[in-house]
Amino acid sequence: MTAPSSPEIDFGHARYLLRVGALTLPVRRRSLLVATGLVTVILALAVLALGLGTYTLTPDQVVRALLGQSTGLDRTVVLEWRLPRTLAAVVIGGALGIAGALFQTVTRNPLASPDVLGLGNGAFTGMLTAVVIGATSWSLLTLGAVLGGTAAAAVIWLLASRNGVTGFRLIIVGIGVSALLSSVNTWLLLQVELDTAMFASAWGAGSLNGVGATAVRGAALCTLPLLVLLAFAIPRLRQMDLGDDAATALGARPGTARRTVLIIGVALVSIGTAVAGPVAFIALAAPQIARRLARTPYLSLMLSALAGAVLLLASDVIAQHVLPIALPVGVVTVSVGGLYLITMIIREIRR
Amino acid sequence: MTFRRLGYVLGALAAVLLLSLAVGANMLSPAVVLDTLRGGGDAQSQYVVTGLRVPRTVTGICAGVALGIAGTLIQAFTRNPLADPGILGVNAGAAFTVAVGVAFFGLRDIGGFVWLAFLGALMVTLAVYVIGSAGRAPADPIRLTLAGVAIGAVLSGITTGLTLSNPDAFDAMRGWNAGSLLGRDFGVLLPVLPFLLAGVAIAIVVAPGLNALALGDDVARAQGANVALIRVAVIVAVTLLCGTATALAGPISFVGLMVPHVARWLFGVDQRAILAASLLLAPTMILLADVIGRVLIAPAEMPVGIVTAFVGAPVLILLARRSRAAAP
Repeated sequence: MTAPSSPEIDFGHARYLLRVGALTLPVRRRSLLVATGLVTVILALAVLALGLGTYTLTPDQVVRALLGQSTGLDRTVVLEWRLPRTLAAVVIGGALGIAGALFQTVTRNPLASPDVLGLGNGAFTGMLTAVVIGATSWSLLTLGAVLGGTAAAAVIWLLASRNGVTGFRLIIVGIGVSALLSSVNTWLLLQVELDTAMFASAWGAGSLNGVGATAVRGAALCTLPLLVLLAFAIPRLRQMDLGDDAATALGARPGTARRTVLIIGVALVSIGTAVAGPVAFIALAAPQIARRLARTPYLSLMLSALAGAVLLLASDVIAQHVLPIALPVGVVTVSVGGLYLITMIIREIRR
Repeated sequence: MTFRRLGYVLGALAAVLLLSLAVGANMLSPAVVLDTLRGGGDAQSQYVVTGLRVPRTVTGICAGVALGIAGTLIQAFTRNPLADPGILGVNAGAAFTVAVGVAFFGLRDIGGFVWLAFLGALMVTLAVYVIGSAGRAPADPIRLTLAGVAIGAVLSGITTGLTLSNPDAFDAMRGWNAGSLLGRDFGVLLPVLPFLLAGVAIAIVVAPGLNALALGDDVARAQGANVALIRVAVIVAVTLLCGTATALAGPISFVGLMVPHVARWLFGVDQRAILAASLLLAPTMILLADVIGRVLIAPAEMPVGIVTAFVGAPVLILLARRSRAAAP
């Protein structure tokens, strides 16, 4: 008797198997291609972002400066002035993309975003409160935003928990509290002087102006351990895609998984807020864009991160160099992300 | 049980109606209000009640009816509890055209805002529908929702950009964005009333079909419902209703979202019951918020759009915490 040959299983998609010792990791071919494409776009955009400005550099000069082969002004401009901002766009865009994928997976709702936990509105409330009290320094405004966002998330979580938190109740309580905070924001904006209100609105849209090297390093250092933690949670996420009942039947504990994943999501968004203020729409759009590009049935964290990075980086280039007036990047992300979603929807229909 | 609840809802509406006519900078007793409505009272109470508060109350009722029905329709249509009438881009479109009007044409008075807002709402919903339903398949709710979110996002980005670079526009828009019934008279209301009535009529006709739609497209078709037709009708109705409400009072965001949930928890899952209940609950909520807004920081007024969230959110959260509250 010969040993039965292992049966060929049709998974419905072409895939590669990565083998490291006894471990095997199946990778979708299309996902791999999309990921490669996105990384290429990020690199190209980064070179563009590092080169453009009042002191313009050719891509060649930028690459040489990055490789440490140039000295003098080129080196200072690229490595010290422009690199932190570019890296910040990539790191924060990626973190927001992942956070969005987490929120949408856990609530099983494509409209869900960190705003469901009141993070965006809460951050803006915190920041506006700081402004009303009289704070003007960057660090105090940031502190207000991070505190406001996390406090809103905590309040929503407490109000939504009763014999555990279900996705639906979380959404309902979340929109309630978010609407309340958004009203507070509108009211506060009406109370302050016009100048102050405009300054606050610009900051509240999220901006990468004045991001320094220390901030980026801090953000990256905070993000990494969260990503390692998340790697372990991915199988649970796939089970939760099936709904709480099926996930429980498959041996997952939806309550625990949801709590862990949402805490990580909140932390990721807070890191973004701390560096750039509440940047809107990336967490909402990036996972959907990634899913449509790679045609995966679930929201891939890796691809969402890459799509988020592309979105924020491209928006920042547009905000800085394309538009006739200087706008905060958050204003542009909304339009760029929206336009891209529209073209994807149209393409989907054509197919 | 249901009838007693209906009684409570009607009673609340009547009470709020009376309050809306009596409360304000010039407090009147209910007796004086009723007397004035019958043609009595002095010149001052005549002016305050029939000249100011009746138009304002009627506008509030109209905006409430429109938002309540639009919210019910859109949640049944998208089968998404997060959907509010603004999801098809209505509010973003209205805000965009108003911002353009203020920034480029120096528009300032509310009468001009009404038509601009209505125009913006109609154009954007049309665009959302064209993008969301192109191709052979009938309008797919998920695609429509995404198209609405996407177009709304693009426009709100441009609106923010416009206002941030133009202090005048910013000042006008932060007031309009709050949503208010202040200074709305019949001259503002009457021109848009036909659109509102048309929207309500379509909603009433289409309501039975929503129950079939709630079971999913295939089951709905098997039951003989014309899914494509129902969808188009719903979108037309939502556009008319939400466009009217936004034109009248500015973007009042929370009512259309919350009222259908409350109606469902009070009266069950029959879409006709939800629609009828929303028709009563939404005006109650708007008027209550408006009355509270008038007294909360007197002599100044708090815009109704801000108060709705303060009134509505705690109620919504309390109801959501009950164990019986379930997903639609």
